[in-house]
Amino acid sequence: MDKSPIQYEEVELLLNDLYARYGYDFTEYSKASLLRRVQRLFTLDKFPSFAEFRYRLQTDSQYFRRFVEEITVNVTEMLRDPSFYRILRTTILPVLATYPFIRIWHAGCSTGEEVYSMAILLKEAGLLHKALLYGTDINPQVIDKARKGIFPVTQMQKYSENYIQSGGVHDFSSYYTANYHLAKFDSSLTGKMIFSTHNLVSDFSFNEFQLILCRNTLIYFERALQSKVFQLFDYSLENFGYLALGSKESLRFSPIAGRYRQVGKEKIWRKVHEA
Amino acid sequence: MKPDRLLVIGGSAGSLHVILSLLAAIGDSFPMPVLVVLHRNGVFDSSLEDLFSSRTNMSIKEVEEKEPLLNGTVYLCPADYHVLLETDRSFSLDYSERVHFSRPSIDVTFRSAADVYGSGLICLLLSGGNADGADGMQYVQERGGLTLVQDPATAEVPYMPQQAITRMKPDVILPTGEIPGFIRGLGYK
Repeated sequence: MDKSPIQYEEVELLLNDLYARYGYDFTEYSKASLLRRVQRLFTLDKFPSFAEFRYRLQTDSQYFRRFVEEITVNVTEMLRDPSFYRILRTTILPVLATYPFIRIWHAGCSTGEEVYSMAILLKEAGLLHKALLYGTDINPQVIDKARKGIFPVTQMQKYSENYIQSGGVHDFSSYYTANYHLAKFDSSLTGKMIFSTHNLVSDFSFNEFQLILCRNTLIYFERALQSKVFQLFDYSLENFGYLALGSKESLRFSPIAGRYRQVGKEKIWRKVHEA
Repeated sequence: MKPDRLLVIGGSAGSLHVILSLLAAIGDSFPMPVLVVLHRNGVFDSSLEDLFSSRTNMSIKEVEEKEPLLNGTVYLCPADYHVLLETDRSFSLDYSERVHFSRPSIDVTFRSAADVYGSGLICLLLSGGNADGADGMQYVQERGGLTLVQDPATAEVPYMPQQAITRMKPDVILPTGEIPGFIRGLGYK
């Protein structure tokens, strides 16, 4: 393995370039993860020097798109952490059921697997007809994939196991049509979804929700940016709405913590006071 | 003062008892943080901290994101996350693709630690049946860190340390029985 010419200083230079040239602000992302992704891209695309890499990014907007796609992490799965989805079924959805209309936001949804998971839960609770699920991500390419609702069929066995562990009692395969190596999810699910690009760093609140899920996105942000995003979520959440985070994320150190109460031991918080 | 040295231990199958005897040998005055990257395969998820605590009076805790590193503390990587180091000597968690079928991956943490700690880094690669760690060891060495490998001849599962030795020339190859004493000695330097 080569000694990478890209270190923290070079990453800082790139981030400043990208903000000036394209208006994308990654300067408050956690640097360790960015460094790793940038080193990986540099090696993958076989640049002879940092100077060439930097020049290409400054001058080629197509390549900048590739950069955004490659440095953001897009690993996700359906019904990940089944115990989390079990709590959604047993504790959260019965509360949401009392609303005439349910709006849910999956922030940083990547290729959409969690949005489809939620739609399945809503359908089984008899709530999908009065729900709307918004899925957003900074990366336009993953949003295109999410819209299609087509996932590798090789994943379905794992997802089916997750489904059963989450308390599902139907046949998971009834939700998709398998065709060669692809599984296309039912249009009754996709019909209730709206996918769009949204940058948590720079874009504003666009609606008011009863449930916001943002799982394993905030770990890539520095504390100050995490706080800003928590305030964006707070602003976008109705009173008594819920905020769900990843298994290693917490509201604890955020400026909005005082207005929220944790639901049991899960990474779910309920807003109990308005700002 | 922020710790300028760090010990990272990478282990997989057959490494647990080596880590436990090592922890028993170093005391709570060990002058650097210790980070353990252990492939867990979902087993002993919650009991691992308890098991480690029973063997040492160093404080044992699972890594939390943004947490600053402290001397004399042993940190365990959480299951299903990569652990990275920030320049301000704090941890980041990362949920990107598995490396060598592993998350946490030893390579990922070795490399990230080397980018921050340079020659202040000490890496120890133990028993395992996976190629994880070999690339990372080479990277650590190129950045001036100290690379230690368990002697495959004495390892329960020799494949992982053997991969490292095939790829690079570790600074020291240690028979299993000498690992605790050697690590304790590093604390006095």
